[in-house]
Amino acid sequence: MIINHPLLGPRDAAEFVYLGDAALIDRPDPEAENADEQFYEYGYLRDNPAGAHQELWYHEQGDRSWLVVTRDTLTHEITGVKLARDEAKKRGRNK
Amino acid sequence: MRYSAFEILKQGLSGNKGWKPVWREPEPKAEYDVIIVGGGGHGLSTAYYLSKVYGMRNIAVLEKGWLGSGNIGRNTTIIRSNYMMPGNQPFYEFSLKLWEGLEQDFNYNAMVSQRSILNLFHSDPQRDAFVRRANAMILSGADAELADEAQLRRELPFLDFDNARFPIKGGLYQRRGGTVRHDAVAWGYARGADSHGVDIIQNCEVTGFDIENGVCTGVQSSKGRIRAKKVAVCVAGSSSRVMSLAGMRLPIESHVLQAFVTEGLKPTLPGVITFGAGHFYVSQSDKGGLVFGGDIDGYNTYAQRGNLPVVEDVAEGGMAIMPMIGRTRLLRSWGGVMDMSMDGSPFIDKTHIEGLYFNGGWCYGGFKATPASGYCYAHLLANDTPHPVATEMRLDRFKRGHIIDEKGQGNQPNLH
Repeated sequence: MIINHPLLGPRDAAEFVYLGDAALIDRPDPEAENADEQFYEYGYLRDNPAGAHQELWYHEQGDRSWLVVTRDTLTHEITGVKLARDEAKKRGRNK
Repeated sequence: MRYSAFEILKQGLSGNKGWKPVWREPEPKAEYDVIIVGGGGHGLSTAYYLSKVYGMRNIAVLEKGWLGSGNIGRNTTIIRSNYMMPGNQPFYEFSLKLWEGLEQDFNYNAMVSQRSILNLFHSDPQRDAFVRRANAMILSGADAELADEAQLRRELPFLDFDNARFPIKGGLYQRRGGTVRHDAVAWGYARGADSHGVDIIQNCEVTGFDIENGVCTGVQSSKGRIRAKKVAVCVAGSSSRVMSLAGMRLPIESHVLQAFVTEGLKPTLPGVITFGAGHFYVSQSDKGGLVFGGDIDGYNTYAQRGNLPVVEDVAEGGMAIMPMIGRTRLLRSWGGVMDMSMDGSPFIDKTHIEGLYFNGGWCYGGFKATPASGYCYAHLLANDTPHPVATEMRLDRFKRGHIIDEKGQGNQPNLH
């Protein structure tokens, strides 16, 4: 698989480390009433879809940026690559 | 028909005209006591033990494709019970004991071959860890035997003992480990279940569950609605997809594991050998091909094929312990989709929906577990209590903090 890095261009997936579902960006609020339940779901439960999947890849052997890659889990086709920083800010995180 | 040497002789003398299909191809009835979703190794063994040991008769196995079209035919056929954790090791030892009597039990030649498994170690700390593992194995009633370098040099002279980076210092033998002809396991269980009256229905995809007021009353399928008192899902590799039909999210990611086979060679490897400093395991099939594999690819996927970086990694692992295979040509490679769970261990449990049961999360250790998985799942379905060796394999263990993490990697499925 080739990941089209937004800053560096096309890079071999072997340069990256895979973390998992990009929903991991949305860390629950530890102050919330049901924080234990929310953290259990955040830490352990996954949608694991067959089809389009947004996921976090870390460019360990490159510029060490985190990327949000949209990839089809049935075909391995990559349809979108964004910097995770931009995506996290868009979702309301401060960094 | 009971298979025997006499039957072969009789059929041989009468032109082999008396062999019959080994299972029926029935249409589904309107209602069953138990519907098992998934006609792979685990589903068929569940049906077999449910009908044979637990005496239930009105059972159907629904399979989306053909029997054994999933991982039962895609693994590297290794059986062993060299785990360590208390929640795991007694279960896998129970499984190995079932393997030992399986062919007589279901009267089918599954080519169970206890040709031994050897886990190599490459350093003193690793030796200590293997001694600890061996003790845990012996405590569960399994066999374990430590071999030093001198013994291995005599028995397996082709190993690269003096490798500069990963010298071989010895290994942990389990002599009762070995290999089994995997397709025959599915066929043997299917034949056995069918002979006890189980309806095995192929090309029947489950498209939904009928759930009313928190009770599962049956399934929707490509052959219409089928009612059931209990529905037992057993579809490792597709668990998240199927359980999402019941509105459940699971502690599972789907990953692909690749496997490889070379051209046929003269007898070379006496048993299964694994590399201790990377991930590589190899055995030689009865046809002569070296059958081997390594790590999963490491990203979510439902495609039954992987990518080249892992092919390279596996080949490097092989070359690190037995450079003699460098000139061997690869015949085939393939991939199977694994349920990778959050702690690397499986589930055999009820769900929060009454009448709906779940078996999955086998990571890449499902094949060796086939007999015990079916036996314990059947026990759960018949009695509504877990089998004594499967009490820890619960769906809520992460919430309770009682994980079974053999490798100590935490909730990162691609590292297990």
